[in-house]
Amino acid sequence: MSRIELKVNGRSHTLGVEPDTPLLYVLRNDLDLRGPRFGCGLGQCGACKVIINGAAVFSCITPVGSVKGEITTLEGLSQNGRLHPVQQAWIEEQAPQCGFCQNGQIITAKVLLDKNPHPTDAQIREAMNGTLCRCMSYFRVQSAIKRAMKAMAGGATASTKEVVA
Amino acid sequence: MKSSDGLPKQIEDILITHRRGFLKSAGLLAVSIGVFGTAALDETAAQTGPPGPYRDPDFHEIDSWIVIHEDNTATFYVGTTDPGQGTGTCFRQLMSDELDIAFDKTTCIMGSTDITVDQVGSGGSYALERHSWPMRRVAAEARRVLLEMGSKHLGAAVDQLAVSDALITVRTDASKRVTYGELIAGKKFNVALTGNNIDRISGQAKTKSNPELKYAGKSTQRDDIPPKVDGSLKWAVDVKLPGMVHARNVKPPFACAKLTSIDESPVKNLPGFIKVVSKGNYVAVVCEREEQAIRAAQRLKTSWQKPATAPFPASEDLFTYMRSATPVSDHTPGGAGESEPSPGSRHAVEADAGLRNKAARPATAGESGLHVPPSRPPAVGNPPMRAPVSGPVVVGNPDAAFSAAAKIIEAEYEIPFQGHTAFAGAHALADPSNGQMTVYTNDMKSYSMRRGIAQFLGMPHDSVRVVWMMGPQGFGRSAAEDAAFEAAWIAREIGRPVRMQWMRDEETAWDTKGPAFLVKMRGALDSAGNLVAYDFHARSCDHNHVGYNEPDSVLIAQLMGIRRAKPAAGSAAMPSDMYAIPNRRMVGEVVGLPTLWETPLRTGNLRDPNGPQPTFAAESFIDEAAATAKIDPLQFRLKMLKSGTHDDSGFRRARSIAVLEAAAKAYGWELRPSPKPPSKENILTGRGIAYTFRGETVVAQIAEVEVNRQTGHVWAKRLVCAHDCGFVVNPASLRHTIECCTLHGLSRALCEEVQFDTEKVTSRDWFSYQTLRHEDVPERIDIVLVNGDPNPNRPDLPPYGAGEASLKPMLAAIGNAIYDATGIRIRRVPFRKDRVLAALT
Repeated sequence: MSRIELKVNGRSHTLGVEPDTPLLYVLRNDLDLRGPRFGCGLGQCGACKVIINGAAVFSCITPVGSVKGEITTLEGLSQNGRLHPVQQAWIEEQAPQCGFCQNGQIITAKVLLDKNPHPTDAQIREAMNGTLCRCMSYFRVQSAIKRAMKAMAGGATASTKEVVA
Repeated sequence: MKSSDGLPKQIEDILITHRRGFLKSAGLLAVSIGVFGTAALDETAAQTGPPGPYRDPDFHEIDSWIVIHEDNTATFYVGTTDPGQGTGTCFRQLMSDELDIAFDKTTCIMGSTDITVDQVGSGGSYALERHSWPMRRVAAEARRVLLEMGSKHLGAAVDQLAVSDALITVRTDASKRVTYGELIAGKKFNVALTGNNIDRISGQAKTKSNPELKYAGKSTQRDDIPPKVDGSLKWAVDVKLPGMVHARNVKPPFACAKLTSIDESPVKNLPGFIKVVSKGNYVAVVCEREEQAIRAAQRLKTSWQKPATAPFPASEDLFTYMRSATPVSDHTPGGAGESEPSPGSRHAVEADAGLRNKAARPATAGESGLHVPPSRPPAVGNPPMRAPVSGPVVVGNPDAAFSAAAKIIEAEYEIPFQGHTAFAGAHALADPSNGQMTVYTNDMKSYSMRRGIAQFLGMPHDSVRVVWMMGPQGFGRSAAEDAAFEAAWIAREIGRPVRMQWMRDEETAWDTKGPAFLVKMRGALDSAGNLVAYDFHARSCDHNHVGYNEPDSVLIAQLMGIRRAKPAAGSAAMPSDMYAIPNRRMVGEVVGLPTLWETPLRTGNLRDPNGPQPTFAAESFIDEAAATAKIDPLQFRLKMLKSGTHDDSGFRRARSIAVLEAAAKAYGWELRPSPKPPSKENILTGRGIAYTFRGETVVAQIAEVEVNRQTGHVWAKRLVCAHDCGFVVNPASLRHTIECCTLHGLSRALCEEVQFDTEKVTSRDWFSYQTLRHEDVPERIDIVLVNGDPNPNRPDLPPYGAGEASLKPMLAAIGNAIYDATGIRIRRVPFRKDRVLAALT
């Protein structure tokens, strides 16, 4: 049993876990995080995604011992109780259906917009193509990315209780 | 966590005792009541030991549905669950309206069996069409009772009172006021409604008419979205209990495999190893940590014996097999999965018996004759749209019409098995503490799960409860049920809480599937190009069709050697349209694969059960008839609708015309026959239309596609869906649901099919079972909400189901669009690019 040091969402942890343990299970079961979750365990769907060194990483196939750098999960996107603009756009667009895949969608979108603040529709599709959704919320997710893009470029979007149909 | 105003927002706030204590002290925990008011039929005989604490809340009592808190907020407790479409928010909108309380002063708890009434859970697209009515009547009655209490408190007659936002005032003197919270908080209503089943309960109060509704009809933001976006929601997968362990299955490597030996030596010294559990052909490994269980399940050595004969044909030979298979006999009892169970019913066989007793009645010209007349109230146990397995439905004289036909067309359509393949594998947590069993699940049918697990384990009914929490959307009879039974059985075996999680290959290969269909059609055209006769012969591979949470058909039961006396026969459904085709014969038959048990090729209800398959055939065929007659396909359909003369008291004909015209207008449909003139371009474009109804909901889909001549790749560039589901409770969440359901249909049209060799399913992950991805999505989707009712502003326009209908015509819409673009008619789905390319060359 090794002692592994992890920094997650700004907090440091020292854990006694085997270094070949997939990061996903350490985050969920040792740190009680809920954002990254199990969808396939094969790096095919994106449910497990977290951000490490600015990249969206499949935590289900990443051994915890191999992690270098800070980890940000879905929970860690908001700062001081304020949602990240991507999260805010997701709410304004009412993007999720069941919501189970949205960890992967939000994390991947956030990383995309950090790297490319003005992606074209084709670039959005290509960047998001590895994140799956069985509710088929894709169209709304792409709309939410465009909304977030505008918000992050300058000019926050107002949040209202009522969404005009 | 609680919200800042103390409202219990999530299920774990009230999990333990508060709610049950409340119900128990009011004497409201009734012995479970069967649908006909008699004692439960299958109360397990094993009533050993003292009665358990988990009684069924009495659905007659207001207190089982509504709690008003001291701070003048309310919590609603309902027995229908939100699978992810936003219906939970709709329940709150409707109940807030009927109760006259501010929407944002309410929360809603759904689906947990010991603290909510049994409304079956979710499914059938019944949430708003059927299940919202008892919710509304209870809330209306609670409002009436509160006004009476207010009247006494304020010393004014009820008709002198005004009520709004849970505040009662005297009309002529607003300083005289009292809140709901002041009147009742901490006390019970102790008022019962009447009615012998949950669908029929009513009190003295009437529900409001549509113009009186304040919240219903508005696009209120869904209350479940923020915690799903910020990561704070506790999903079923997130529940942790002290002493909890992890289990993983070791599934048979092929169908009908017989376990001959287990060698624990590779796993028994692994860190965290607890036990191998097995019975019959069921094997699972239990470890302390999750990754340990995964590794142990991979390393455990098991030996299996192959069956003497191949369990099924390979998928490429499926339709050849189906063509020559012998149909299941008429006398085999119908599929438990044929219809959705009604609230309080033990299982859906009751519902099927009700349908089967109605002999196929000869329909009159102008309708397919197979729908439940809409003027009849939705009776308990009657499923909406399922035709008898046996016997043809005949209109007019098809044989004579075919003999006299100017032109005859024939076609055969093939639809493969398609899967649930839930986004995340099936999972459940079972807690055997205190001699009871608590199961945490996202399954759609918590109440039948509770009954089924109690029966399977031989436990008293009231020692078992199911806590419903959120998870990946279920589309009917999902494997979540199997995982729950497994978790419960293992938990009982080892005496610790067990979290079971199916891995990706288990979920993709062993989920329940929508049945494969083979449909033969013939049509006769007269010299004017009218379709005068139509022969529909469908064969579904749907035996044995598993029902919901059945202790004798869940996978673990099968693997342990349990067999139902008679496997459920399934069904081959008929098309649903209002075309006036004067002569029709429609027959449905069911066949089964050689093996019915312990097979991954098991069928069960999948979103719009047995709907898109016959509709693919029927709506492609209508298009083929239109093309043969050289008439525009929209015009061809409208003519057959407008010429119908049969009484249409449900207004389906008028509404069918309305959705087709609305879709055409939104798209900009210009009349011309199909296909387009041939083109030499590399990218061929075309449009297709398809229409159907599902229960009372009517839908038309238009697809515009681009077909790449070099690769066979099909992209749906634009989709238009015109959808009439009556009164709309939440337009924004409805649009999103229709959009997603439409894209689910697109996925099944372009991507999805179960693949198998002669002994196992070979599609086991997201590469081998293709599903729609971001790159496949149209660049434009128009959702047109239509109110085609002849009296559209009528105050009693009800909501009709909307979770499934828009999927139903999609396979045909895409097939028709491909035909329009290419001139090639493809009669096999999915329209994978290799298949399209082969058809083009």
